[in-house]
Amino acid sequence: MMTITESIKEKVEKHGRARASLLPVLQDICAEKNYLSDMDMIEVAREMNISAADVFGTATFYSFLDTIPRGKYVIRICKTISCSMKGKHEVLATMEDILKIRLGETTADRKFSLLETNCIGWCHKAPAILINDEPYTELTPQRITEVLRDYIKNK
Amino acid sequence: MKKIHAQRVDLIFEKVAVREILDKALNMKPEDITQSVIDSGLKGRGGAGFPTGLKWQFTAREKGNDKYIVCNADEGEPGTFKDRQILDEVPEKVFCGMAIASKAIGAATGYIYLRGEYKFLVPKLQEKLKEFHHMMKEMGHKFEILIRLGSGAYICGEESALFESIEGRRGEPRNKPPYPTKSGLFFKPTCINNVETLVYTVMIQKYGPAHFRDMGTKDSRGSKVFSVSGDTPKAGIFELELGMSVQEFVDIFGDGDTKTVQVGGAAGFCVPRKRFEETIIGFEGVPTGGSMKLFNSSRSMYNVLHNYLDFFTEESCGQCTPCRVGCQQLLKGIEAVKRGEKSSRYLDELVKLAATMKIASKCGLGQSVGNAFSSIVENFKEEIIY
Repeated sequence: MMTITESIKEKVEKHGRARASLLPVLQDICAEKNYLSDMDMIEVAREMNISAADVFGTATFYSFLDTIPRGKYVIRICKTISCSMKGKHEVLATMEDILKIRLGETTADRKFSLLETNCIGWCHKAPAILINDEPYTELTPQRITEVLRDYIKNK
Repeated sequence: MKKIHAQRVDLIFEKVAVREILDKALNMKPEDITQSVIDSGLKGRGGAGFPTGLKWQFTAREKGNDKYIVCNADEGEPGTFKDRQILDEVPEKVFCGMAIASKAIGAATGYIYLRGEYKFLVPKLQEKLKEFHHMMKEMGHKFEILIRLGSGAYICGEESALFESIEGRRGEPRNKPPYPTKSGLFFKPTCINNVETLVYTVMIQKYGPAHFRDMGTKDSRGSKVFSVSGDTPKAGIFELELGMSVQEFVDIFGDGDTKTVQVGGAAGFCVPRKRFEETIIGFEGVPTGGSMKLFNSSRSMYNVLHNYLDFFTEESCGQCTPCRVGCQQLLKGIEAVKRGEKSSRYLDELVKLAATMKIASKCGLGQSVGNAFSSIVENFKEEIIY
C-alpha cells in the first residue's frame, strides 16, 4: 500500500504544481477516501510549495471537501424546499432508522455518513439524494430502503 | 389580437449537425459572428441577463492573445436543473457554442466549470469532448476545452468567484470593475456564458438572428428553458417563448390552487396570485435563470422563507459584512417574530436591512437576498407573524 506521501506526490504530479491544480488534487483525495486528513493537507502543501494554512483555508471553503473522517459512502440529502415539499423528511427518517445514525453522523463501521446539502438540481424529481457522486431521485421510504439494502449487502 | 406567448419551442434540445454549423461559423469574420449575436437580442440565460453579443464584443476588443471562454455550469440556484439536462442531452452543442465564441473573441482555450453535484456527468462529457476535439482538429481549428469541477459552493456560480475557484483558491468574489471581459480568469480577458446561452448562440448561427429576435418581447427576445417544480402536475424542463405573464404560466403549470410562484429561485421574486396577470416573466418584469417554483395554499410561506434564508446563511462566502451578518440577522429576525419575542413591526426593520444588503453587498448573492425576503414578507406578512 502506498504511503500518504507517495499517494499525494502521484496526484500532484498528475495535475501539476501550479496553484490552479490545488482543487483537482484535493478533489482526487476526497474521491478516494471522502475526507482530507491533516496529514493529507500538510503533504499537499509541501508538494505544491504553499502553506498548509492556505490549503486548509481553501479546502474548508468547499462543503464537499470534508476535513473530518466520513464513511465510504457519503449520503447527501437535498434540504431545499422543493424536496421538503415532496417527502424529504420521511425519506430522511427512514435512512436514520436503517443506518441507526442521525443527520451529520457516520456509522460505526465507517461505511455510511448522512449529511444534508443544498439544492442538487433534481427538484422535478424530488426528493433527491447523492450517494457519493450518484444521484437517486423520486425517493419514497420504500425506494430508499431498497437502495440502502443494496449498498449494505452488495457494496 | 393580443399575442399569446407561452408557446412551446424546440431549439435547445433539437439535434443538429454541429459540424455544419461550425464549418460555417468558423469561416466567418469574428466581428460578423458577434454582430449576429447582437442582432438576435440574446441576453444571458444564467439570470443576470447581460446582452451576450456585447459581452463577446467587449472581450474581442481587448488586446492580446491570452483570452478565455468559460462556460458557467455551476447551476446552483435552488429550483434550477435545466443546465444539467442540456449537458446530458446535447453536450456537443455546448462545446460548439464555446468554439463559436472562441472564434468571435479570439480565445484558444475554454473552461467548463461544472458543479460538483453533477460530477456523475463527467465520464460522458469527457468522451463527447474527445470526439469534439478530434473533429476540431480535422477541421483545422485549434481550440481546447478543459473541464473543472466545483465542490459544493453556490457562490462559485458568481463569475469572479468561479475564476478564483478555477485558479485554486477560496471562491470569494472579486471587486468589480474590472469586469471579466477586461480581467477575468487568470486576470486575462474572459468571456463567461451560461450553458443555455452558449447553445442559443449555436441556434442563432443555424437559423439566423431574425428567427430568434422575432420571438418574445422587446426586452426579452427569444425563448428560454424553464425548470418547473413544486406544486404542479407538470414538473420538468420546458422551453417556452419569452413574454408570458405569470397567469399564462400558471394556467399551464398550476394545480388549480396556486397561491404564489417563486420566479428565479431563492435569489428571485415571490409573485402572489393577485399579481399573476400583470407580471411578465422576463427582463421587463421578473427575470429568471429558469427556476419556477409553484406553491399552493397548503404551503406556509414562513417555511419557504426560512428555507431560503437558511440557504443564504450557509452559502454566503462571508467575505463582506452586509451579506454575512445580514443573512444571519434576517434568519434570526423572522424566528424571533415567529416566537413572539419581537413585535410584527420588527419585520419593517428587517426589510430595511434587506434593502441595505442590496446596496452594500459586494456581489450578487448579498444583493439579491432582499428580493425573496421583501417580496415574501410584503405579500405574506400574516404567515410570517402567526
